[in-house]
Amino acid sequence: MAVAIDASRVEEILDKYGEDSSALIQILLDVQREYRWLPKEALARVSERLDVPLDRIYQIGTFYKAFSLVPRGRHEVQVCMGTACHVRGAPRLLDRVSELLKLPPNSTSSDLKFTLSTVNCLGCCALGPVLVVDGDYHSKPSTEDLKRVFDACE
Amino acid sequence: MSEITLQIDGKEIKTEEGVTLLEAAREAGIHIPTLCYSEDLSTYGACRICSVEITRGKRTRIVASCCYPAQDGLVVTTNSPRVIKIRKMLIELMLAYAPGAKVLQDLAAEYGVEGTRFKAEPNLCILCGLCMRYCAEVKRANAIGFVGRGTTRQIAFVPEIALGTCATCKECFSLCPTAKLPRETDGVCLQDLTVDDFLAKHSG
Amino acid sequence: MGITLASPDDLAQFRQEILNERDPDMPIVTVCCGTGCQAYGSAKVTQAFIDEIEKQGLSAKVKTKSTGCHGFCERGVVVIILPDEICYLRVKPEDVPEIVTKTLVDKEIVERLTFEDTEAGQHVAQESEIPFYKHQSRLVFGNNRFIDPKSIEDYVARGGYGALAKALTQMKPEQVLDEVKKADVRGRGGGGFPAGIKWETTRNAPAGQKYVIVNCDEGDPGAFMDRSLMEGNPHCVLEGLIIGGYAIGATEGFVYVRQEYPLALDNILYAIEQAENHGLLGETILGSGFNFTVKVHRGAGAFVSGESSALMSAIEGRVGEPRPKYIRTAVSGIWGRPSNLNNVETWANIPLVIEKGAEWYRSIGTEGSKGTKIFSLVGKVNNTGLVEVPMGATIRQIIFDIGGGIPNGKKFKAVQTGGPSGGCIPEKFLDTQIDFDELDKLGSMMGSGGLIVMDEDTCMVDVAKYFISFLTEESCGKCVPCREGLRQMLKILERITQGEGQDGDIELLEELSEVIVDASLCALGSTAPNPVLSTIKYFREEYEAHIKEKRCPAKVCKALTSYYIDPEKCTACRLCFKNCPTGAVKGDKGIVHWIAQEECTKCGVCFEVCPARFSAVVRLSGEPVPPTPEEPIKVVRKKVKA
Repeated sequence: MAVAIDASRVEEILDKYGEDSSALIQILLDVQREYRWLPKEALARVSERLDVPLDRIYQIGTFYKAFSLVPRGRHEVQVCMGTACHVRGAPRLLDRVSELLKLPPNSTSSDLKFTLSTVNCLGCCALGPVLVVDGDYHSKPSTEDLKRVFDACE
Repeated sequence: MSEITLQIDGKEIKTEEGVTLLEAAREAGIHIPTLCYSEDLSTYGACRICSVEITRGKRTRIVASCCYPAQDGLVVTTNSPRVIKIRKMLIELMLAYAPGAKVLQDLAAEYGVEGTRFKAEPNLCILCGLCMRYCAEVKRANAIGFVGRGTTRQIAFVPEIALGTCATCKECFSLCPTAKLPRETDGVCLQDLTVDDFLAKHSG
Repeated sequence: MGITLASPDDLAQFRQEILNERDPDMPIVTVCCGTGCQAYGSAKVTQAFIDEIEKQGLSAKVKTKSTGCHGFCERGVVVIILPDEICYLRVKPEDVPEIVTKTLVDKEIVERLTFEDTEAGQHVAQESEIPFYKHQSRLVFGNNRFIDPKSIEDYVARGGYGALAKALTQMKPEQVLDEVKKADVRGRGGGGFPAGIKWETTRNAPAGQKYVIVNCDEGDPGAFMDRSLMEGNPHCVLEGLIIGGYAIGATEGFVYVRQEYPLALDNILYAIEQAENHGLLGETILGSGFNFTVKVHRGAGAFVSGESSALMSAIEGRVGEPRPKYIRTAVSGIWGRPSNLNNVETWANIPLVIEKGAEWYRSIGTEGSKGTKIFSLVGKVNNTGLVEVPMGATIRQIIFDIGGGIPNGKKFKAVQTGGPSGGCIPEKFLDTQIDFDELDKLGSMMGSGGLIVMDEDTCMVDVAKYFISFLTEESCGKCVPCREGLRQMLKILERITQGEGQDGDIELLEELSEVIVDASLCALGSTAPNPVLSTIKYFREEYEAHIKEKRCPAKVCKALTSYYIDPEKCTACRLCFKNCPTGAVKGDKGIVHWIAQEECTKCGVCFEVCPARFSAVVRLSGEPVPPTPEEPIKVVRKKVKA
């Protein structure tokens, strides 16, 4: 992915943690939040300054759900698939969301507008099934609710 | 290091504190099969083929002999029915991936496993991690590692490093128990086995 | 900024000053601001109160406070007006002016917002009389409702940090440890291992740097006790941790919080800063000579990283995979140093144990399980939320007395406890006392406290498949039995739920389970087969129906279920037609509708939207679907009883 990034932000993040290699996961979380993904240039820089081999960084980057090694959409849509939500119909909610966004679960639209992902329990089970869009929680959304929320996303 | 005494398959074994059950067994000429273990590399404990049954007092449990420290007074059985059952099932599970691998076929013959009831993509890799550990610990190149998690876990070359080093090295090839590496990569053209290939397969 | 509390006397004085400034009779409007209620809009409710109170000129006479989770999550936004403890539920911003006028000014109750006890036929305004709260023993969780999580003053006013002062200045570390051992506090994270013994192992490990760790990676889906404690009362967890550090001889602590809990993260970071500003963290805490610092570490989205050795690897900056635990982490943990890890709720119990003593703690609970436990009661239950009961309460009491039973008149089928490591408990065991060992005997376990209630509409094979699917995704994938064993178990369960089950499948699942339990590297693997084994044990007939009859008794499994419109009941209201995403529902005005089976994707929307008084859409499984009518049938409108 040849996408230009503002590399100075990576240096700032690394400065903040004082090149402590045990903070690797924390650093990557900050990088992910900054760019909405983990660009290769950023990872190369992290590897260099922390003196941590790239393969370990790739392992961590592909092990954890919070990370994405490809650009994510501007709008994060998450459906909780925890047990309580499952029992209350989360799979059907996921089907409806997937259909509306025309995206399979755990994928990003080609125009980088939406990323649809599943999450294993957000811990607000009384609201189940739960949909989170850009950090806003929606409990038991109807099809109308879904359309309204997605239409509001630019 | 103090001396300790334990029992393996009914034999009394004297060894030093600090060795693993596997090392103690090998010292005494007792055979325990392994796949992901190598004397020259760090212990990994992933294949579980070296599982043995240990008893202390009334408690019996299954442990991986390559990692478990030998202890004074321990009673170890390397081939109890429970252990044999485990090994047979592990072989059956791995055969689904590498049906032609000699090392697995030998194990299957040794344990009377005739084929496998399971279906899987025969991609040859049993994820033993020998290549990764060798590259990290001996070559210190870190050109190959694990990516993914759970059932998507696989080995992958890091192109930024591998393109520079692998063509002239290839030392991990001889370690690969299923011969996946020598067969599927010439070290120059890292077909389908790079981090980028993994991402193409698994990111939406 | 804070005042450095350099001695227990300073702390006592600080507390007194706070209490002096507060009028105990002054009404306080407490609004729950846990993640659940926030999703219902509690921030707006809080603001509405502030605005309305000011508008009515009452700002000097009434305070408004955002507090931690009250637990009654089904009825959020929860508002409790102190000191009379009047509880209003499902409060919206538009309700606020009425509450302020009627309750705060006129001292009257707004009945429609109170709890309605349908059985007794009355409204209950008093919080402590509401059945949901009445049968609980909120010793650990109860403080949430009085505390603004961002106010250390609130915590201190409730007696907070008093236990720490007592431990640091009146007790030796060994005495603190002895007290915790005597109290027999068992780990609340899942293992139920005696905390005192773990502390002792860590304490007795070779000298040098030691660590204490809070595990707030709460990964069990359906469990959110730790989230609410960490969000609602972070200081109490911190206090427990510092006491633990003192007892063990660890001067550094870590709090590992999963990144899916942003509010908990915010609140613990804030609490740590406040504690530092007040000298409750750092050097010579309360003048005792004991130094202690704590760092927060965020998770990155992996259930397996909540396993203690994996968590410690993550803190080291390596991938959060479990290590073979043949050498205890209490002896060799983070960077090979003695590390004591405990769950959030375990730590939250410690200040109570020190303040009130082991004898008092032991007076609560059963022989084998002392104290209380917080459970997340979720799923097919009326009163979803967080519930704290003494160990020994029965499952029936929790689900029916507190939980209000099963909604929509459905029948209880099973309750799943212990998350993906636990099992499903059927009706015949409802009177079992909640206790670590009792639950183990039933083939389940306490786990972290998730209680997922299931009813007659839940397919137990689907539940087993769900858990194995969850675990195959969350497995680190390192060891063969877990990765490959679970992968194959999932394939078998998928075949069964898709109508392709074969004779011998159940036996193969059991065979695989045995090996996975025995040979896995960590507890994720070794407990993974539990949900499958327990559902086979108690609901074998469901598996057999799927395999032999290609029938799903609960009518959940899509491949085995068909949707059909009963021509006798359909009134052509057209709701199903309008909502069908694929156009499989056919029909017209005045014509009985029907479903073209080949176009139906079994999404279930028609079944959901068909009005209850018609109930024309039915699900069929294991029987042939009646053929489409050859001629359109006209609707005969019968008088339908409401």
